[in-house]
Amino acid sequence: MSRKLVRRLLQRTLPRHCLITDPVALKPYETDGLTAIRQPPWLVALPETESQVAAVLRICREHAVPVVPRGAGTGLSGGARPVEGGVVVGLSRLNKILEVDLDNCVACLQPGVRNLAISEAVAEHGLYYAPDPSSQIACSIGGNVAENSGGVHCLKYGLTVHNVVGLKVLMMTGEVLHLGGRGQELDGYDLLALMCGSEGMLGVVTEVWVKLLPVPPVKKVLLAAFAQVSAAAAAVSEIITAGLIPAGLEMMDRLAIQAAEAYVHAGYPLDAQAILLCELDGVAQEVEADAALVERLLRDLGAIDVQIADDPQAQARLWLGRKAAFPAVGRLAPDYYCMDGTIPRYRLAEVLQQIESLSVEYKLRVANVFHAGDGNLHPLILYDADIPGELEKAEAMGGRILELCVAAGGTITGEHGVGVEKLDQMCVQFNSDELEQFERLKAAFDPAGIANPGKAIPTLTRCAEIGGMHVHNGKLPFRNLERF
Amino acid sequence: MQTKLPEAIVATTKGRRAEQILRSCVHCGFCNATCPTYELLGDELDGPRGRIYLIKEMLEAQKVESVTVTHLDRCLTCRACETTCPSGVEYSQLLEIARDYVSSNYRRDLLDRLKRLWLIRTVPYKRRFRRWAQLGRAMRWFLPKRLREMLPVASTVEALQATPPVSPSVAASSVLLLNGCVQQVTTPQVNAALRELLAARGIAVVELAEEGCCGALELHLGKEPGALATMRNLLDTLAPRLDEVDAVISTASGCGITLKDYPRLLKDDATHGKLARRLGDKLLDVGEYLLSLDLSWRKQDEVLAVALHQPCTLQHGQKLGDEARQLLQNAGYDLVAVRDEHSCCGSAGTYSLLQAKLSSQLRDRKISCLESGQPDVIATSNVGCHTHLAVAASVPVVHWIELLR
Ligand SMILES: Cc1cc2nc3c(=O)[nH]c(=O)nc-3n(C[C@H](O)[C@H](O)[C@H](O)COP(=O)(O)OP(=O)(O)OC[C@H]3O[C@@H](n4cnc5c(N)ncnc54)[C@H](O)[C@@H]3O)c2cc1C
Ligand code: SF4
Ligand code: SF4
Repeated sequence: MSRKLVRRLLQRTLPRHCLITDPVALKPYETDGLTAIRQPPWLVALPETESQVAAVLRICREHAVPVVPRGAGTGLSGGARPVEGGVVVGLSRLNKILEVDLDNCVACLQPGVRNLAISEAVAEHGLYYAPDPSSQIACSIGGNVAENSGGVHCLKYGLTVHNVVGLKVLMMTGEVLHLGGRGQELDGYDLLALMCGSEGMLGVVTEVWVKLLPVPPVKKVLLAAFAQVSAAAAAVSEIITAGLIPAGLEMMDRLAIQAAEAYVHAGYPLDAQAILLCELDGVAQEVEADAALVERLLRDLGAIDVQIADDPQAQARLWLGRKAAFPAVGRLAPDYYCMDGTIPRYRLAEVLQQIESLSVEYKLRVANVFHAGDGNLHPLILYDADIPGELEKAEAMGGRILELCVAAGGTITGEHGVGVEKLDQMCVQFNSDELEQFERLKAAFDPAGIANPGKAIPTLTRCAEIGGMHVHNGKLPFRNLERF
Repeated sequence: MQTKLPEAIVATTKGRRAEQILRSCVHCGFCNATCPTYELLGDELDGPRGRIYLIKEMLEAQKVESVTVTHLDRCLTCRACETTCPSGVEYSQLLEIARDYVSSNYRRDLLDRLKRLWLIRTVPYKRRFRRWAQLGRAMRWFLPKRLREMLPVASTVEALQATPPVSPSVAASSVLLLNGCVQQVTTPQVNAALRELLAARGIAVVELAEEGCCGALELHLGKEPGALATMRNLLDTLAPRLDEVDAVISTASGCGITLKDYPRLLKDDATHGKLARRLGDKLLDVGEYLLSLDLSWRKQDEVLAVALHQPCTLQHGQKLGDEARQLLQNAGYDLVAVRDEHSCCGSAGTYSLLQAKLSSQLRDRKISCLESGQPDVIATSNVGCHTHLAVAASVPVVHWIELLR
């Protein structure tokens, strides 16, 4: 590959303001929401149209240059972190809502549309887009698809994969993949589901069809304070076991409560060890009955205080604290490392206890924020990157937490993806046959291996080195394939 | 976020402050979502998170690169990012430090330097600015469109000549009204209306004979030493009158925000620090002041639909805005819904001259948001936004004070 040639081709294809080549200007693109892992890109392309995206991909394909798609760069696993010598293709300028189809309650979006902008645009019709990652104000729908993002409401309404009905994907081979769309049935393999969570490794998403749901007529948010984390964890199980499916069921521990309260003044009880936020929605009678039941359950299980927010402002404030909890933790320590594992719900209390022991062992504070309803843990490890060795300590501790999750029967990622952050833990979760299968799947879409290479699937050598993988007969399969 | 600022930077007060602010940013990117320039340009470098990164890189390398200057110059200082940021990152203070650093370590091209010099030497001086304005009006057809649009309209230039101060014989309360340099030339009708309102309610209005600029202009252009001198100067003029009034007010939120910042900016000033704090204790935005008085307003015969424009200096800078809404509602106005209320109109002080293209794009967007509810009139709280919006709006633009009777 002649770099000069590729650069010239890109310069000729894109308007001046759509290609960044100055090393100083490239630096802010070296990272996403996970700043601990950085790599300056070779170039950044910011196309304004789909055909420009296609042109960039074509040039990259013809010259075997790696491509890293990037949405809003809020990812927490380094998915949009550039690769050496690669081109970052930023999709922020493809931010138009192409169509809102009120008859079918679907909308067609360009990939750079912000998650929250969808709900804002259709609010006047009494509709909204359900998956609401805490980063919804900023993250893009393309990034949501790539990470299969969830949010506080995914317990009842599902993850991105359950709310996307169609995609247009530009493949690295130059083909264009149309999957589903307005009311279209998918036949054959469910490639749509495959694309959700593919972390930009199978192609670039350029159109997304999403389902729009009617805004529920009535909502109530309950806030319960607990003197013990274990009591709060038990209440989570109890609510689900009682057959209720709250729209959201979230838990925060003391440290997280304090940080969030300092930002939004939501009225979180600062003396509680844990709080549960439970949202119920639906028609009035149902919500009334459910709320009464949940309140009784919470009190029976030892809640020291239960508040109920009926009006939208109070509800929004309670949720705001939860949604801003991650960055609000930025007020407690210079840096935090956000983990994202899942566990079976019934083991919540036990795993939390073990995290607490790790916190003592590593002498690092941990603030815990969870999508408790579906067992998705977000421990936030607080550290100070300016103290030599702290980052490594935080990473090591994070790794241990994820191993805990796997041991408890869970997984290493709930919704933030693997990216480059959790490659090592992939070796713990999957065996070599499974990893090889992933690799074959990627190769089917991207034979040249230029779509976001090095993400999500660890090389087998890497797994062997960390000793997390069983090496068969002393032989490493695909030993030479460092390119994965 | 991790920083590795060199010793030479961290050794200074500003360097330390910059480090503190940089470290409080967790790089979540929430702020990009409400940043007007990011919305418009879609480039990380034109959003707050990217600017913060560029500033970090600049201070780490101790070298100012022209791309960095380009992207920092495009920042409106609207502070929408601060309102959005859950980590409490005080971006505008970081930007102030960065602009000051750029100003002392980077040579701009000649045209840019001349423009900035002209702004600093002319705009804050009402006589000079008025002379330019009159000259400009005479030659308006020879001026570039941008400059032409900045000129005050005819009636206001003349109206300026006569504005007698009002002082009722028995005053229930007294207030010092700051007139602001640009406002005296471009929209003197605003304070004239306020004087009348207050006089009618028995409130004495004190004004300064020779009121200087508040320093906002120089501060935003990264000329901190000059700005501080201007501030001290204003404080000196103010000092003798401070005790006789209950409050000090400004009807321009752009001046108000800088004035409210005096205690911080002059914190370590041996001669003027205390005075700055004394001013700070009495300083109110006109909305806060009027609302606190619990006055009643004459109801309108015909209910006008008003689109209330919230200047950034008010909503993001001073965290105010509801006061005007309430006052207008008390006076019987109908307030229409305004889309994207958080977003800047593109006026942003000298921005409309220095970044003309972006500025007018933002203005067009803002006007379509303001006019989407079909108002009869647009009401704002800041002189810069007032003249900027008036050029392109299809309904009249006023300061909301002008709507009260
Ligand atoms: C404070 C905070 C809170 C968060 N809370 C949540 C949460 O509650 N739930 C949750 O699920 N996530 C959460 N996240 C993580 C993150 O916001 C999501 O993963 C989000 O979906 C990423 O979107 P993005 O547009 O920023 O994508 P990026 O970060 O830009 O990219 C993410 C991945 O998607 C790929 N990609 C982006 N666009 C495309 C495209 N058009 N085509 C193909 N691939 C693409 C990239 O290559 C990368 O691998 C949070 C992040 C932060 C900072
Ligand atoms: S919102 Fe705040 S913490 Fe997040 S990137 Fe912006 S400035 Fe940094
Ligand atoms: S001050 Fe305004 S323009 Fe500048 S970075 Fe913040 S939001 Fe963007």
